[in-house]
Amino acid sequence: MALPELAIRARGLTRRFGAVTAVDGVDLDVPRAQVYGFLGPNGSGKSTTIRMLCGLLTPSGGDIEVLGLRIPAQSEALKRRIGYMTQKFSLYEDLTVGENLEFLAAVHDVPRAATRTRIAELMDTYRLGELRAQLAGTLSGGQKQRLALAGAVLHRPELLFLDEPTSAVDPQSRREFWESLFALADAGTTLLVSTHYMDEAERCHRLAILDRGRLVADGAPRRLCADLAYGVWLVQAEAARAAQQTLAGLPGVVALAQIGAELRVLAQRDVVDGDALGARLAAAGVTAQIERGTPNLEDVFVAATQRPARAAEAAA
Amino acid sequence: MSLRRLSSIVLKELRQLRRDRLTFAMIIGIPTMQLLLFGFAINLDVRHLDAAVLDQAGTARSRELVAQLGNAQVIHAAYRARTPADVADLLRAGKVSAAVVVPPDFEARLERGDRAPLQIVVDGSDQVVQQAARQLAAFPLQSLKNPDARAAPGVEIVNFYNPERRAPVNTVPGLIGVILTMTMVLFTAMALVRERERGNMEMLIATPVSPWELTLGKVLPFVAIGLVQVSVVLLLGRLIFAVPIRGHLVDVYAAALVFIVASLSLGVFLSTLARSQFQSMQLAFFTFLPQILLSGFMFPYAGMPRPAQWLAEILPLTHFIRLIRGIALRGAGLAELWPELAALGVFTAVLLGVSVARVHKRLD
Repeated sequence: MALPELAIRARGLTRRFGAVTAVDGVDLDVPRAQVYGFLGPNGSGKSTTIRMLCGLLTPSGGDIEVLGLRIPAQSEALKRRIGYMTQKFSLYEDLTVGENLEFLAAVHDVPRAATRTRIAELMDTYRLGELRAQLAGTLSGGQKQRLALAGAVLHRPELLFLDEPTSAVDPQSRREFWESLFALADAGTTLLVSTHYMDEAERCHRLAILDRGRLVADGAPRRLCADLAYGVWLVQAEAARAAQQTLAGLPGVVALAQIGAELRVLAQRDVVDGDALGARLAAAGVTAQIERGTPNLEDVFVAATQRPARAAEAAA
Repeated sequence: MSLRRLSSIVLKELRQLRRDRLTFAMIIGIPTMQLLLFGFAINLDVRHLDAAVLDQAGTARSRELVAQLGNAQVIHAAYRARTPADVADLLRAGKVSAAVVVPPDFEARLERGDRAPLQIVVDGSDQVVQQAARQLAAFPLQSLKNPDARAAPGVEIVNFYNPERRAPVNTVPGLIGVILTMTMVLFTAMALVRERERGNMEMLIATPVSPWELTLGKVLPFVAIGLVQVSVVLLLGRLIFAVPIRGHLVDVYAAALVFIVASLSLGVFLSTLARSQFQSMQLAFFTFLPQILLSGFMFPYAGMPRPAQWLAEILPLTHFIRLIRGIALRGAGLAELWPELAALGVFTAVLLGVSVARVHKRLD
């Protein structure tokens, strides 16, 4: 049995599609009543992992326990206790907002008597009241997303899966949406949210970074930043592009990113330091000011997703 | 199986259908249009074929003969040919479908009675024209020689059930089957695939809905639609073409219901093979042709080669055509036609069994 405070426990989770391994030996521990983030580029296996955890896709290998149930064997029992918000809007565009919610209430076996009050409550929480008679297909991106969330939590699931919920939504709606997610977590719901936005990942209680089907880092976002094995230097240079080209080949430099006039350098601390960077730039005739920076989540992400590629290049 | 979940799926389907104007129009439009097309256009009792006349005898009796042939209304003497080459040209150009050739020794042949005194050349590239020409071959030439002699035919044909040989009487009952085949198979196959194509399926399979509830809920509205279509065809057939229903109306509806369920299970089965609505449409059309051609609706079953007959026995429309013609035209009861019902039952059971085995509640 899983520890009671764990909502999801997966070991060695693997899924192959033909010759392609979409998810490769992922271990996960998702605590209850938290917002757990899945961060990764497109094609990193986020959706596939979520589908396996919901019991919609059979794993090629590994063990899954969700809410104390063995998956996929007990997925039918699990389906009554989870909500799943798909990446693409999956409610009926040719039904109205109200009809969609009534339909979902019925298929989730929400008692008839409770349906009306529950829908009224959701209409209020997610500001859908005025849209009740509108066809879902005519809603804006943010409205659709609020409707999808209302639909996913209608039967008060203990665990909510959200697959890139904010990909078609403006920044204002995204902020509101995250407020809603924290409200749900406060009420005791466990949320697993996949995203490729850094600012969203930063908001999660805990985070797993996926890259090409592998789990490359996990932990609280602050912790991940603090534990980063690389150093960050900020290079202020007149000719930032020239500085970037100069430093690109330097051994120990992991990544370079230009942010405005500034160059953000991620490098192995034991190989490179600020003086080495300065010396290299001076040798190339680039005048620059160098200072230490604090690692952020983007650095963690870049470090985690680039390391295997660099290692592979070195080995080749 | 939860009745609440099932009825909510039915309700959802009906709401979606109500908003889908095109499909809604097709429910009534397809049967009406087909009934009018088939009822008016399909007429195997051909009249007024354009014909050429080559009268090489040019006698009083030959002219009388040509006039009498024209009066029978089978041919319409549109062209007068001068030479046999004219006849060949007119036929090849498609200006006439038949030609009446009266040979120069017409009078002598008629008197002697040893060789046919009259030749009718037909365009054999059209089967229906060939059949029409056979009617002309039975023309009583002897009455020209002796107007008082009324030759008694050797065989008398008694036409039960359709004495006036009106084509709609034969086509309209069968048309019910053809229309149901087209709409039921196509609508269900597309409706089930649509859910997958639009991405609703991924949301649905994460809910407690079972494959049975989903399939049944989506198919039940079409049963009602099918029965509406049956009523439309029966009613219009009665009003416009005076097609009789000699058996019990209850039997007609019972047979239609069994056939609707069989067609729906074919649609459900096709939906498990197709990945998109377009594919399901292609698959549906792929099954229409053999059903319409081999079922006996267009061509007589008895005339088909053995393998075609075996194939026809598998197709649900074959059995329904026999059922509906039996009930509507011959006044037969379901009890007499039970083998056809049994065949439809087996068809339904096999296809539904295979389909449910194929509908996984998983994405893989």
